[in-house]
Amino acid sequence: MSVVNSSQTERRIVFLILLVAVALPLIFPIGWKTGVTNYTKMVWELVESTPDSSVVIFSFDYDPSTMTELQPMAEAMLDHAFSRHQKVLVTALWPQGMQMADQAIKVVKAYHPDITYGQDYVFMGYKVAGIVAIQAMGKDMEQVFPADQSGTKYKDIPMLREVKTLKDVAYVNSLSSGTPGIKEWVMAARDVYHTPVTGGTTAVSAPGLIPYVNSQKQLYGLLGGLKAASEYETLINRVGSATVKMDAQSVAHLLILLFIAAGNIKALRARKRRAS
Amino acid sequence: MSHFMSVLGLWMSVFFTFSIFSFLYKDNPFYKLAEQIFVGLSAAYWLVYLFYSIMLPNLFTKLISDFRGNIILLIPAVLGLMMLMRIIPKTQWLSRFPIAIMIGTSAGISMVRYAKSDLLSQISATMINPFAGETTSIVIGNFLLIIGTICGVYYFYFSKKQEGISAVPSKIGIWFLMISFGASFGYTVMARVSLLIGRLEFLLKDWLHIIN
Repeated sequence: MSVVNSSQTERRIVFLILLVAVALPLIFPIGWKTGVTNYTKMVWELVESTPDSSVVIFSFDYDPSTMTELQPMAEAMLDHAFSRHQKVLVTALWPQGMQMADQAIKVVKAYHPDITYGQDYVFMGYKVAGIVAIQAMGKDMEQVFPADQSGTKYKDIPMLREVKTLKDVAYVNSLSSGTPGIKEWVMAARDVYHTPVTGGTTAVSAPGLIPYVNSQKQLYGLLGGLKAASEYETLINRVGSATVKMDAQSVAHLLILLFIAAGNIKALRARKRRAS
Repeated sequence: MSHFMSVLGLWMSVFFTFSIFSFLYKDNPFYKLAEQIFVGLSAAYWLVYLFYSIMLPNLFTKLISDFRGNIILLIPAVLGLMMLMRIIPKTQWLSRFPIAIMIGTSAGISMVRYAKSDLLSQISATMINPFAGETTSIVIGNFLLIIGTICGVYYFYFSKKQEGISAVPSKIGIWFLMISFGASFGYTVMARVSLLIGRLEFLLKDWLHIIN
């Protein structure tokens, strides 16, 4: 019984130390730099190389539960797209995605006060049916989006006049934390209609999506978790929320490594004691 | 009034955050209360949200505004009602029809897409010239991709007992699998720490105003 109590107490101490270790860098930022990985650079290059005035899709396929990781990506990528004068069609395959999009646009508007609704970006709302909706976009965008969120008809939205199908879109950027999300965009938009797809996802989902970043270019790079969001902010020379949070993330990782080492040393000692 | 509501909302968020974190100490009534309110609120929220964002614009509004033009919508409406028949034991057999249609349709759509994206394209992506990379690290990466894929797949070949020389690729395959599981675990730790950072940011920024 005493062993159980001791291990429970240790567990609580670990949680407490982790809590303090994460809180301190948030209060007193260290300012550690983040190196940029190839997958993040690929995403940046796709946005950077897309011509001005191109219409692009930003799909907000997540909800508040994962906004810590995905919202900084959304803000950084929107910032980049608007700085390249791209026209952003905002949609969502998750019901609460449009609320996330609204928050992100409000933040980005501080950097781009000139962007106008209908000319530079448009909210087309949440779409049900995931992959079926994407497939339908490949045939007729107006059928999937008869009107924007405020009720303006598709044909009356200036930035969408030349956009008939998914093929008229320069790229799709899906910020996704599950299904439907990046995978569905790859399957329907990239592999059927050959529209380039890029995106960002939570760290948990990243390993499952990395195989799509391959020689077939099913996915143009991938932002995985808070670190990738911070890398993207580095590429666009912006100190955003991800960069600030990465100090806490790095300290937590170091601490977890120390705990793993300490746990292994303790286990080895216990094994030796039992053997002797 | 709106200021009062936002302050109340903030304090409720703080209360529920601490209630959920209190589970790390031990199971307790505050955690249970927060957990059950979360489940109840989520169910109610989704019911209302899905009714207004899916049922109303896609079914009821269309039927009310132009019944004749949208008469085909009665088919999914009836299928939806049949699904609800599961609630009554005597009529629950009716729900099998919409479930069968859903599974059949999903399988039909997914089969083609998965075969193209997850099988053919993935195989094509592995059939590369390993020497085609611009830098040494890309060439090494190409070799690792090819060896890792072949050996990883070979590990799951159970039709013949793997012993002697035929067990070597299998052993290499399990190394690749273990390294990929380790990487996945690392990513998972990063995601969980991110969630903690998100909550602490809320407490330190929105509640205590310690950080900007």
